[in-house]
Amino acid sequence: MMDLSLLDITFYATAAVIIVCSILAVTTGRIVRSATYLLFVLFGTGVIYSMLGYTYLGAVQLMVYAGGIVVLYIFSILLTRSSQTMRYRIGRGRLAAVLAATATGAVLVIFLLASQHFALVAIPQGVELPAREIGHAMIGSDKYQYVLPFEIVSVLLVACMIGAILIARRHK
Amino acid sequence: MELEIHVFHYLVVSTVMLFCGIYGFCTRKNLLAMLISVELMLNASNINFAVFNRYLFPGQLEGHFFSLFGIAIAAAETAVAIAIIINVYRNFNRVLTDDVSHMKG
Amino acid sequence: MEYTLYILLLPLLSFLILALTGMKWTHRAAGLFATGLLAVAALLSWTAVADYLALAPDATGVRPELLPFCFEWLPFGHGLGINLGLLIDAPSVLMLGVISTVSLMVHIYSLGYMKGERGFQRYYAFLGLFSFAMMGLVVAPGVFQMYLFWELVGVSSYLLIGFYYTRPAAIAASKKAFIVTRFADLGFLIGILIYGYYLGTFDFRPDPAALAAGGMMLPWALGLMFVGGAGKSAMLPLHIWLPDAMEGPTPVSALIHAATMVVAGVYQVARLFPLFVTYAPEVLHAIAWVGALTALYAAIVACVQTDIKRVLAFSTISQIGFMMVALGVCTSTDPHTGGLGYMASLFHLTTHALFKALLFLGAGSVIHAVHSNEMSAMGRLAGRMPLTHITFLIACLAIAGIPPFSGFFSKDEILTACFRYSPTIGWTMTGIAALTAFYMFRLYCRIFWGKASQETEHAHESPAVMTLPLLILAALTCVMGWVPFGTFISADGTPYEIHLDMQVALTSIAFAVVAIALALTFYLNGHSTVPTRIEKACPKLHQAAYRRFYFDEMWQFVTHRIIFGCLSTPIAWFDRHVIDRFMDFMAWSANAAGEELQPLQNGRVQTYMILFLGGIVALTIILLLAAEGMF
Repeated sequence: MMDLSLLDITFYATAAVIIVCSILAVTTGRIVRSATYLLFVLFGTGVIYSMLGYTYLGAVQLMVYAGGIVVLYIFSILLTRSSQTMRYRIGRGRLAAVLAATATGAVLVIFLLASQHFALVAIPQGVELPAREIGHAMIGSDKYQYVLPFEIVSVLLVACMIGAILIARRHK
Repeated sequence: MELEIHVFHYLVVSTVMLFCGIYGFCTRKNLLAMLISVELMLNASNINFAVFNRYLFPGQLEGHFFSLFGIAIAAAETAVAIAIIINVYRNFNRVLTDDVSHMKG
Repeated sequence: MEYTLYILLLPLLSFLILALTGMKWTHRAAGLFATGLLAVAALLSWTAVADYLALAPDATGVRPELLPFCFEWLPFGHGLGINLGLLIDAPSVLMLGVISTVSLMVHIYSLGYMKGERGFQRYYAFLGLFSFAMMGLVVAPGVFQMYLFWELVGVSSYLLIGFYYTRPAAIAASKKAFIVTRFADLGFLIGILIYGYYLGTFDFRPDPAALAAGGMMLPWALGLMFVGGAGKSAMLPLHIWLPDAMEGPTPVSALIHAATMVVAGVYQVARLFPLFVTYAPEVLHAIAWVGALTALYAAIVACVQTDIKRVLAFSTISQIGFMMVALGVCTSTDPHTGGLGYMASLFHLTTHALFKALLFLGAGSVIHAVHSNEMSAMGRLAGRMPLTHITFLIACLAIAGIPPFSGFFSKDEILTACFRYSPTIGWTMTGIAALTAFYMFRLYCRIFWGKASQETEHAHESPAVMTLPLLILAALTCVMGWVPFGTFISADGTPYEIHLDMQVALTSIAFAVVAIALALTFYLNGHSTVPTRIEKACPKLHQAAYRRFYFDEMWQFVTHRIIFGCLSTPIAWFDRHVIDRFMDFMAWSANAAGEELQPLQNGRVQTYMILFLGGIVALTIILLLAAEGMF
């Protein structure tokens, strides 16, 4: 058994938190807790991004997902009184089918991953991707630069905003 | 420094997250809870993009940006979905799948 | 002579325009338009005849065959392909002239005859289609193009017989014509396929190497092709459609069922004549006997019919029999020895086309006047319809073989050829020629002399537009016999000087005169009791002849009792109870499966998701096992 570095310990701890919280998020009977577990999962994902060196991505993850979306969830849970509608019965057969299918699927995927031999590239661990590079790539218009998707996503966000307002508006 | 945390370990994490999302999506009846499961699935795929980018093609940034845009689109999707769910709540006073199971025009 | 293409295209144009836009035209405009186009085509045809005859023959007197237009329409590979084109040689250019002349006469005549009829534009459209198809048939450079246009004339014949489609008799007749000729054409098609398979070409002149290799199959191919020709030319026993085809308008009978289409069988045999005479002489002689039998049969039946168009129909069958006999008695391609019949046949074809068209148009004129086809409605019309009378008389004299009218010369050549082959067939044909004279003058007397009937009192001469074609055709009938036909057309192309064999000519004239005299004494004043007494003396024979010797009943028996009863009924049972049931089962099972699967489509996304996931998992497992070599 090799000795674990601090980075390894951080990773395995984060991985454990993510797995446990994912499972709890979909099994807990209370929706507010479910949202909270989701928050932890999203935090853990942000940590993983940072460990990969994508600190910018991690920051976006924390701000948009953990900061924005989860708050949206909490509000809408409260607005729709969802905590009162979590009491429902689900068919035993259906539950078994879903459980069997998902478990088999997960085992299959993990088996496939384990039997793959990725052509891994040695990378310096813990070196972050410079934000300058990201900025250039995002706003540049050359090959491997992403100004067009960037603009499209911004238009999409505006459209969604307007759409969401229109849909949620109280009809007269 | 050599590669220490194997890519496999990252992928196991994202796989478990993905199948948790699928499980939740299939079993939940509350629309918001289903949406939470969808977020889990999206997140799992985002992790995959980032991991593959970092470990297989470190010189490029496609996976990174895919994750970035994925997050943005997830935000948009959530906003619209929540707007719809609020509308459903107005009509049925609750947000269960049973209420909206008929895709009628 | 590239302009010959336009001879075909002009009637086609007339057909297309009138068929597509005919209802917007007035009757007069449509008729004049079609007639005008056909007049141009006829002018071009006559020019073509003149141009072809002006070509310099080679040392032996043979004129070249021209191919002004030809392309491979449908290549089958291995050098076999269907060519479409124009073959201009003596027989085809002759036929072009005959067809366009008769067609033009019929076009003009119909302006008067069909005046005011419903579907006038449609009538002219079909006439155009027929003219196009018939001319395409005669200029065919290969047997397959001949077949294509052969079917096309069959279609236009069908359409024109059924022109009065509100009359059940017309519909039945058109169906009968179509089915009988189609049945015969099956033989033609099989013959063509054998021909193409063994000779490697569909052209009329296969190369000698292929002939040497595939020659032994030629009798089969040619015999089967003749089955098609027999159907089209109403040879025994496939003649049953032609008398019924008289349900069509009379000008159509003149054009299609007397002058042009029904001689297609003769033309077909003539086209393939060199092959027949060299490789299948026995088939050729069989054709002679079929022709003789048909001629005899039709002549006897024609003697007792009372519908004037039926008489003419049987007379047509009989005359086509003459042409077939003439072809059949040939033993070589040299016109001076055994090949005289070829020339005689085409000569008779030409003269017959003209005088038979004249007879039909004259009969149409009479029918136009008395509004009936039956002889009992006619009589004493000679004074009331002088032009019709005189032209009809000329045609009767021509068909009876009285000099100097055209029929005499061509029939004399046929009889000469027959006597050269065998005296038996020569005397038989002379007898039939006498019968012809008899029944034609019986017809003539019953129409124009004899006892007057109620209908004839109001009869009057037809308008000029109808009598003009009669006069033109009568003039042609008078002069056509003097044309030195043999110098233009003979079996091997070398010129042949027609000279009358006095012995044969005098015999046939004597026979004809006696027969005419007999007919005149029987029928001229309408008071003779001899015909009735003969009829009383042998009622069975008379009845049998009147009912056309029960050929229709025989076919009826064959088709209904044998084919429908013994063959079709079990097949129909099998179709209904096995094939249909199987199809029903397929439909039922698809329906049932749909019913069963319908609940899955319940609109619940979660159910879809579960099934989707299950499917993917199952597929992955299968693929993994397959990759491991488990299957």
